[in-house]
Amino acid sequence: MREQYDETPLSSQAVPGATRVDERAIYHDPKHPFYIPRPPIHPKLVRGKFRNIKWAVMFVMLAVYYVLPWIRLDRGPGIPDQAFLLDFAHQRLYLFGLEIWAQEFYYVTGMLVLSGLGLFAVTALAGRVWCGYACPQTVWTDIMIVAERIWQGDRNARLRLLKAPWWSFNKAWRLAGTHLTWMLIALSTGGWFVFYFQDAPTLASELLHNTASKYAYIALFICAGFTYVFGGLMREQVCTYMCPWPRIQGAMIDGDTLLITYRNYRGEPRGPHKKGESWEGRGDCVDCDQCVAACPAGIDIRHGAQLECIQCGLCIDACDEIMDKVGRPRKLVAYDSYNNLVAQSQGERVPYRFIRPRTILYTGVFLLVCAVILFGLAHKTVLEVNVVPDRNPLFVQVSGGGIRNGYIVRILNKKLAVHKFEISVAGLKQPGLSYVGIEGGEPPVEVKSDDVRAVKVFVTIPAEEAAKTPASADIVFTVRDTVDGTEVKRNTTFKGPGQ
Amino acid sequence: MADNRDIDHHSGVETTGHEWDGLKELNNPLPRWWVLVFWATIIWSVAYWVVYPSWPMLPGADRSADYVKGIWGVSERAQAMAGVAADKAAQSKFTDQIAKMSLKEINASPELLKFSAVAGRMAFLNNCAGCHGSGAQGGPGYANLNDDNWLWGGTLDEIQQTILYGIRNGADQARGGGSTAGMPERASVLKPDQINDVAEYVLSLSKKSADAAASARGKALFSGDGGCTACHGDDGKGNKDLGSANLTTGIFQWGGAKADIVKTIAEGRAGVMPAWAGKLEPTAVKELAVYIHSLGGGK
Repeated sequence: MREQYDETPLSSQAVPGATRVDERAIYHDPKHPFYIPRPPIHPKLVRGKFRNIKWAVMFVMLAVYYVLPWIRLDRGPGIPDQAFLLDFAHQRLYLFGLEIWAQEFYYVTGMLVLSGLGLFAVTALAGRVWCGYACPQTVWTDIMIVAERIWQGDRNARLRLLKAPWWSFNKAWRLAGTHLTWMLIALSTGGWFVFYFQDAPTLASELLHNTASKYAYIALFICAGFTYVFGGLMREQVCTYMCPWPRIQGAMIDGDTLLITYRNYRGEPRGPHKKGESWEGRGDCVDCDQCVAACPAGIDIRHGAQLECIQCGLCIDACDEIMDKVGRPRKLVAYDSYNNLVAQSQGERVPYRFIRPRTILYTGVFLLVCAVILFGLAHKTVLEVNVVPDRNPLFVQVSGGGIRNGYIVRILNKKLAVHKFEISVAGLKQPGLSYVGIEGGEPPVEVKSDDVRAVKVFVTIPAEEAAKTPASADIVFTVRDTVDGTEVKRNTTFKGPGQ
Repeated sequence: MADNRDIDHHSGVETTGHEWDGLKELNNPLPRWWVLVFWATIIWSVAYWVVYPSWPMLPGADRSADYVKGIWGVSERAQAMAGVAADKAAQSKFTDQIAKMSLKEINASPELLKFSAVAGRMAFLNNCAGCHGSGAQGGPGYANLNDDNWLWGGTLDEIQQTILYGIRNGADQARGGGSTAGMPERASVLKPDQINDVAEYVLSLSKKSADAAASARGKALFSGDGGCTACHGDDGKGNKDLGSANLTTGIFQWGGAKADIVKTIAEGRAGVMPAWAGKLEPTAVKELAVYIHSLGGGK
C-alpha cells in the first residue's frame, strides 16, 4: 500500500528558478489510503513576514516562560517572594499583587473563562492566530523542528535521510543528535515548569545538588516526557486529533473572519509556466507545491479552509517568494475573508468588517466577566467567617426550660498578623453565649496569621423567651476584628420547640 | 492445506470461510499491540502467582500455613496493622500528654481539647452511641449528655468516674456503690390517687402547670408516706451521690409527661450503665470525658 502512495513522477521545474517539489499534502490527499501510519511531515524553512512574526512571538513566549518564575516581589516576612507561584503546600496562588486561596479558586476559573472568551473574540476576528503563533504546542514544535534542521538539514535532506537504510551511520548519528537535543529541550522545559510550584532559586539549587523532593523530579520528568512526545514526535497530530479547539473554532468563524485563503479566482487554472509564456487565460498558481512543502500541518491550503490548518501563515511566505520570482503580484495566498473571496471572484470587493454582532458579543461578554472578577477582587476580604449550626441534636432543653443551640464558628484570618475577634449574636432576646475551645473560655478569639480557627459557641435563651420564639428563628452572627474593626455578618437560624 | 484457503479477490485477504448471503468475513490478523498485550497479561499473571499469595491449602493445625504466601510474603493484614501502629505513633504527641495531664489541664489547652473532642467523638460513636444516640441526645432511660442536668455529677472528674465504672452494675466502684437498686416502686405504699397527687406536685416543682389542690396534697405525701425526700431532698433537688433526679429542672430522663411521671412513681426506675475501665484505654476514657464535657452541659 505504501508503494502506491510513494509512486510520484519526479519533479520538473514549475517555473524557472523554482523547483517543483511535487510533494503531496499528507492530509486530504485523495490517494492517501486509510490505515497506514502517518508519513513524517518535514516542513521546508521559509523566509518572509509571517516567519519573522513567528520567530518574534516564539522569542516572547519562551522569554515569558523562562523568566516569569524568577521575578521576585517582596511580600513581607514569612511569605514567598516569588511573583508567580502556585503554592500547593499552603494551597494558594500568588499572582503578583494577588493572593488567591484554594477556596477562592473561582478567580482562577474566571481567568480561564476570560482566556476562553479572548480566544473566541480573536478567532472571530482573524481565525486561529492563537494556534498558529502562540500556542505552546506550536512554539515547542517549532523549536523541535529547528533542532531537527540543525542536525539533519532542511526538508529535502531530511527526506533523503528518511529513505536511508537503518544501518546507515550518517542516519544514525544525525537521528541520535536530534533526539538528544529534543530531550535536552524537553528537560529544560519540564525542569522549568516545576519552578512555578516552588521557590525557584531554592528548587534550582536543590535540583543541581540532587536534593529536591521526589515530587519535583516526578513532575519534571512527566513534563519533559510530554514535551518530547508532543513537540518532537506527535507535533500536528496533537492539534488534529487531541485538541478540541479545531472542532469548536468552526462555530466562531463566519464569512467575515480573516482566514488564510488561497485566492482560487486568481490562481486557477493552475499549471507549470514556461519563461516568456503568456499569463493570459491561465491562473497565477504555477503548481510548485511550495505552500505544501512549507506546511507544518501537512495540508494543501489550495483545498480551502481545513480542520488541520493552524493558520500559521508559512504558506503565505512560501507563495510570496515564488510570486516574486515569476513576477506576479504577491498575496495569492493571503489572510482574507470568505465574503471578500466570493466578491473578488466577481470583480468586487467587500471591506473587512471589524465590528459585527459576533465580535460585539464576544467582547461584551469578555468585558462583563472582567468586571465581575474586578468587582470580586475589589471586595475580597481578608477575614472569612463560616457559621454551621449543630444538626444532632438541633436544640437542647436545659434546666429550667431554657433552650440551647450549638454553632461552630470558623474564623479565617488571611491577614499577616495575629488578630483577635469578638463574637456577638443578634435576633434573640437575652441570649447567653458560652464557648468551648478558647483560651480563658471567653472571646476575644485569637487567630494566627493565615490560619483558620473553629470555635464552638453555645447560645441559650431562657424559658420565658423560648416560649415566645418560633421553631426556627433567624439570627445573625457578627464577628468583629478588635484590631481594625472589620465586621463580618453571617445569617443562620436558632431552633427550638416553638411557641 | 494451503489450497483450501479462500482468498477474497478484492482485498487479497484470506477469508474465514464463513459466508452470509454472499458476504464473507475477512480473516485479518489481530492488531499486533493487542497480541502483545494478550501475552503480556499471561506473563504478568504467572509472575503475580509467584510473588503474591495465591493458592489456598487444606486447613491444618497451623492456620498461617493455610495458603501459599508467595515469595514476597505480602500480607494485607500486616500492612493494615502497620498502618494502625503508624497512626498511633503520629497521635502520640497528643496522647502522651493526655495520659500525663489532668482533665482540667487537657480542657484548658485548646489544642488538646480539639484533639480530645475529635478522638472522644470517635470513641463515643463506637461505644456509647448505641444507648446515648449519635448526637448524645439520649432517650427514655438514657441520659441526654448535651444538657446541664447530671444525675451523677457533670464535672470532668465525675464524668470520667461514671465512664470508668458505670452505674448500678453491682461493682463496688460503680455509681450506686455495689448496689443495683434504683428508685423503689411506690405502688405498694401509695394508693393510685395519692400517686396522682405526688405526680401533680412533681409537675409543680418543675414549674409546669399542675392542679393546686392535688399538688398541695402531693407535697405532704412527698415528704410523708411517699418517702420521696429521703433521696430527692426536701426541695426535690435530688442528690448526685445517690443518682436521684433533680425534679426542679424540668428535665426528666424517663419522660416528663404526667403519665410518665405516674408510671415512674408507681413502678420505680433504675438506669444502669456498664463500666468501661478495661475495655477502653485510659487515654480514650479521658478523651471521652473531655468530649462529653464539651457538649455544652459540662460543669
